Parts: sequence; structure tokens; C-alpha cells
Amino acid sequence: MSPGSDDRPVIEFHQVSYRVNGKADILENLSLQINLGETLVLLGRSGSGKTTTLKLINALLSPTAGEIRVDHRPIREWDIIRLRRMIGYVIQEVGLFPHFTIERNIGLVPRIENWPPDRIRARVRELLNLVGLDPQTAVRYPHELSGGQRQRVGVARALAADPPILLMDEPFGALDPLTRAELQREFLNLQSTLKKTVVFVTHDLHEALLLGTRIALMEAGQLVTVQPRDEFLNSQEPLVVEYKNAFDTNPNHKRERA
Amino acid sequence: MSFWQFVLQNHAEIAELTLEHIWLVGISILLAVAIGIPLGILITRWPVANRPVLGTANVIQTIPSLALFGFLLPAPWIGARADRLAILALTLYALLPLIRNTYAGIRAVDPAVVEAGRGMGLTDRQLLFQVELPLALSVIIAGVRVATVMLVGLATIAAAIGAGGLGEYIFRGLAMVNNSVILAGAIPAAALALFADFSLGWLQRRLAPHVA
Repeated sequence: MSPGSDDRPVIEFHQVSYRVNGKADILENLSLQINLGETLVLLGRSGSGKTTTLKLINALLSPTAGEIRVDHRPIREWDIIRLRRMIGYVIQEVGLFPHFTIERNIGLVPRIENWPPDRIRARVRELLNLVGLDPQTAVRYPHELSGGQRQRVGVARALAADPPILLMDEPFGALDPLTRAELQREFLNLQSTLKKTVVFVTHDLHEALLLGTRIALMEAGQLVTVQPRDEFLNSQEPLVVEYKNAFDTNPNHKRERA
Repeated sequence: MSFWQFVLQNHAEIAELTLEHIWLVGISILLAVAIGIPLGILITRWPVANRPVLGTANVIQTIPSLALFGFLLPAPWIGARADRLAILALTLYALLPLIRNTYAGIRAVDPAVVEAGRGMGLTDRQLLFQVELPLALSVIIAGVRVATVMLVGLATIAAAIGAGGLGEYIFRGLAMVNNSVILAGAIPAAALALFADFSLGWLQRRLAPHVA
């Protein structure tokens, strides 16, 4: 899918700022548009405002200035619970419910949305299969799984009610390199069929280039640049160059391998 | 008269006082649970109330129990009957461990789990009843356990204001300078405390969440 082909905005930031009382802006005057079916990567170092940007989308945080729209509607006009249930959310720490089986973890949103039990069960089986987990995993508890398996469950749980939007906050950041590469590959496979609108936070340039259709570089609460992947790769923007130097490899062939 | 002779001759009365004792403690714990757990939840949601609520419960617990019985004596309706008075005082004493453990248990829930739940669109209520309370349950039960064991001991003092219970024997034995009579009150009370400690400890372990 070429990134420019479909510019229907699903999420829009209009001059959004976020500040915690008294302190400097965590996010300053951000304007950004995320289009249907694209994977927008928010790239930047720790504290650059990536996670804040993500949490503004599902209203875990509220902007101190500016406006965010989802599906052309300002967030403050949304029923927050409805909004969140149409946005899948995956975080680095996964945050599985330790007292629920995997089946209940994945089926939580369908259950509170009152799906009939057999439909939930079928959906859980379908999702386990989709993220490459044995169906028998369903009856196990989170502490019985490995880190990689847990994050697969985290992705399955976020996809449970088939939300059109997916927010992912360094989802593979805590995994070992091999497992991470495996999950990145599977994410690309998934995304090629599901075509969700994805906002993906990472500080890893390789990951950004591998997964993103567009890349937004952030620094100290500001958006430095947002460009389609290939243009980003060739960008002469000083901070982009600095980032590329820090990673110091040519990631082109990495993408081809995937 | 030896201890065993006393027990044999008075087993009916011992049983009655034991039941009275259980009743005093049981009702007080139920009331304290009904008040303390909601208060504990409230202060996780409304942090301004944190200090006044925990502070008040703390202060109540520092009041010597005999004095507390005395202070409550003039209260209307409550002061009219010794058992009401005893139950009120015991309930007040049990509040601190219940409020504190409910608060601590909920605060100890992994923030990532809470954030994931909130991000998925759980309402406050769903988050509380499906995630936070179940995960805090074993800590809350630990509070009930501490409170119960404490009240079994404290309830013996309720006999001083005529509320009955096993303290009757202890005070009577003290007045008669008769160890057998004291023991007839103290031993069942100690057994009750141990039983409460053991059974609530078992419950607490059974309800502990699965953690990696």
C-alpha cells in the first residue's frame, strides 16, 4: 500500500499542547494527521512526547490546548468509553489481567460489549490463531507464558472487538531481539490483511523503518518532521541525519528481508 | 477448685459467653467491613480525603479502649445498651486495618494493568470490580484478619461495661483472685483468636492473585 494513496484522516491533531501545571510543555503545538489504513510511527528519544501523543488519542490524557479529532469528531464530543472500545491499545508492559485466563483476557471487551459466549469463544480461538498461539493457551494464566507469548496475547486482546484504530506503545521493546524480529514480521503480515489505522511508538529507527508507512520524528515535545518512509530515509533534516547516524547502518535490506 | 473442675461445672455458661463473644466480634467486623472497604476505595479515587480519613482512623486506634467505652457512654441509643456500645467501639477499632489495607491493596495493583484496562474502555466501575478489587482481595482479607484477631482480644474488655463475652470470666477471676476463672475466659478467647487467624490466613492465601 502506498502511503499517499488514501489521505482520509482518521485522527487529527490541531495545534495540540499538553502541559502538567507549571512545568515546561510536554507537547507543544502539535499538528498531525493520521490517515486510514496507514501505520504512522512516532519516533523519538525518551521524553520526546511520543507516549503523551498516543495517550491523547484514547483520552487517557486530555490536551491543555488545541483539538484532537477522531473520525472527524472532536474527542470531547465522544463518549470516552465508546471511543476507547474502538481503539485497540497495546503497551510495552502488556498489562494482562493476572487473575484472568488468556481466554478471559482476550475476550474482555467482547464480554463487556455483551457478545454471546459462543461468539466470544470462537473469536478468541480465531485471534489466538491469528497471533500464532496454540489454542490450548486459552485456559492458561499470564504468568505461565513467556514475554513473547504475553505480548502476542496483548495484541490479540487489542484486536478482540475488531477496532479500526490500533495504538501501540513500544509493544516489542521489552522482548529479546529474536522474539522482537518475529513479532515485527508477524505484525507486518497482520497489517497487510487487517489494514488498521495504526499509531506505533518506538525509539528504534530500524523498527520505525521496518513497520512504518510514514514516520513522525519527535524531539522535546515538538514534531520535527513527518514523512513517508522512503523520503524519511533520504531526508537531510539535521535531526533525522543524527538519528540515522546513531543507528549507523543501512536499514534498507532489513526491510527487504522482512 | 481446679481449672478443669470449673470448666466441667460451668461448660454451659462458657459456651454461652463464647457465643456472645463471637457475636460481638462478628457484628463489629461486619460493620467495619461495610464501612472500611468503601472508605478505602473512596480514598484511592479521591486523594484529598486520604489524610483526614486515615488520620482519623489512626487517632481512634490510639485511644485506650476503656476510655473509648467511657467516651461513648453518653451517646444516645448507643449508650442505652452495653452491647451496642461495645459493638460501636470495636467497629471503630477495626476500621484502620480495613481502610489501610483496602487502600494499599488497590494502590499496589500493577499500573500497567490499570492503564491497559482503562485504555480498553473499562468504565470506572468495571475497572474496580473486575480488576482492582479482585487483585487487592488478598491484601484486604489480610486487613480483616488483623482486625479480627485484634477484636477478639479487645472484646474481653467489653465485659467491663457489662457487654458480656469471655471478658466476664477474666474480670470475675481478677476480682476473686482465682486463676481458674481467669483461664476459663482467657483460653477460649485465645483459641478464638488462633482460629480466626488460621482460617482467614488460609482464605488470604487462597485468594492471592497469580503473579509471575
